[in-house]
Amino acid sequence: MAEHHIKTPVSDEVIEKLHAGDQLFITGSLYTGRDSAHKKLIDLVEKGEKLPIDIKGQFIYYVGPTPARPGKSIGSAGPTTSYRMDSFAPTLYKLGLKGTIGKGSRNKEVKDSLQKYKGVYLAAVGGAGALISKSIEKAEVIAYPELGPEAVRKVEVKEFPCIVINDMYGGDLYEEGKKSYQK
Amino acid sequence: MKTINLSEVRDRVKDIVQKANFELQDDVMKVIEEMEKKEESPAGKAVFEQIKQNAQIAKDEKLGLCQDTGLAVFFVELGEDVRFHRDDGLESLRDAITQGTREGYEEGYLRKSVVADPIRRKNTGDNTPAYIHWELDKGDHFKVQFVAKGGGAENMSQVRMFAPAAGKEGIEDFVVEVIDTGGSNPCPPTIVGVGLGGNFEYSALLAKKALLRKPLGSHNPDPFYADMEKRLLERINNLGIGPQGMGGRITSLAVHIEAFPCHIASMPAAVNVQCHSHRVLSFEL
Repeated sequence: MAEHHIKTPVSDEVIEKLHAGDQLFITGSLYTGRDSAHKKLIDLVEKGEKLPIDIKGQFIYYVGPTPARPGKSIGSAGPTTSYRMDSFAPTLYKLGLKGTIGKGSRNKEVKDSLQKYKGVYLAAVGGAGALISKSIEKAEVIAYPELGPEAVRKVEVKEFPCIVINDMYGGDLYEEGKKSYQK
Repeated sequence: MKTINLSEVRDRVKDIVQKANFELQDDVMKVIEEMEKKEESPAGKAVFEQIKQNAQIAKDEKLGLCQDTGLAVFFVELGEDVRFHRDDGLESLRDAITQGTREGYEEGYLRKSVVADPIRRKNTGDNTPAYIHWELDKGDHFKVQFVAKGGGAENMSQVRMFAPAAGKEGIEDFVVEVIDTGGSNPCPPTIVGVGLGGNFEYSALLAKKALLRKPLGSHNPDPFYADMEKRLLERINNLGIGPQGMGGRITSLAVHIEAFPCHIASMPAAVNVQCHSHRVLSFEL
């Protein structure tokens, strides 16, 4: 299992190097979004309107952070469960999104779209939101402030740690990992 | 007869909702450390290490252990000889617990994770209502137990109404199936609360009560259920799901079962799944 340090936005060449099980450290900006924000984004796509964020080459981090204490950029900020965004993700990968970051397994449609559009699905450690917040240097709400914790934020991350769960070759760490330790 | 000021209840609630969200309690840390020693997979060991680092940072900086600081769920044990004194504008015990929740989540920079309606989904903005279960008893005992219950693990929970013929085997297969189906979603290593018997709604409540058993990992006093807890934990940990679902020996930290009488026609079973960030705290007045 390899270790990669990457900067966003990324090209297809970067995605091609990533394999299920690889450790990844991301530096640059990420967009955040979860249930309600995804619904709003997909509604715009369906109406043929422009998205409030440019997702080409970018990653969306599925997170709804706790409020930041004074002087801090963000509160606790670990991943939420990804399957709830499964119905929205293929459309976004098709539009040029390169990766999503969450926890928990994805459905077949999402995994297929990773292969079709060259994308990855990454996991951060769920329930480690205080630790993960240390990799986030800046955060600002850039869309849907009315959604509170579910608003879309642009966050600047430095060496943000995650693991490749699904790669563009059909690799799946959850399936492979479970098989190795099943009794 | 004992009289308690409602403002005191509010203040204690405000305190425990924050403390529970910032500090993993000793019994939880102890089980995490014990289970870490049994983990064989490198990815699983790394997850345990991050869980411990996270706990330290959350405690030191008063940050939520998890960003999902949960629905505020309370079990209130109330003796019938306890009376409450209305003060500080608080009108009732429910009012005091609600206000303590509201102030605790605001002052602690905890996330507001409640929407006012399941379909229309507008955030209530203050993490209320509080979800309160009342248990009346004799005497002047008053205890409030709080659990910050995150959505990810709660979503993987299930209730099923079995025919009595399904027996012990049917129940055990069901519990293992729920954990297997949940896979990586509920933030393993999880804690498994099983409620057996009662009726439809009572089984679910028993499952949640089972989660709250202290200390974590202790067994049901009935040897029959204590054996079932041990057997289920072994079967679950043989699934191979592992910490965060990345493969490993430890999928769950503990299985707690609570049982209750039920109808001659029924055998209700509920499984309430809890993530490793097991945030439970109580106070007595």
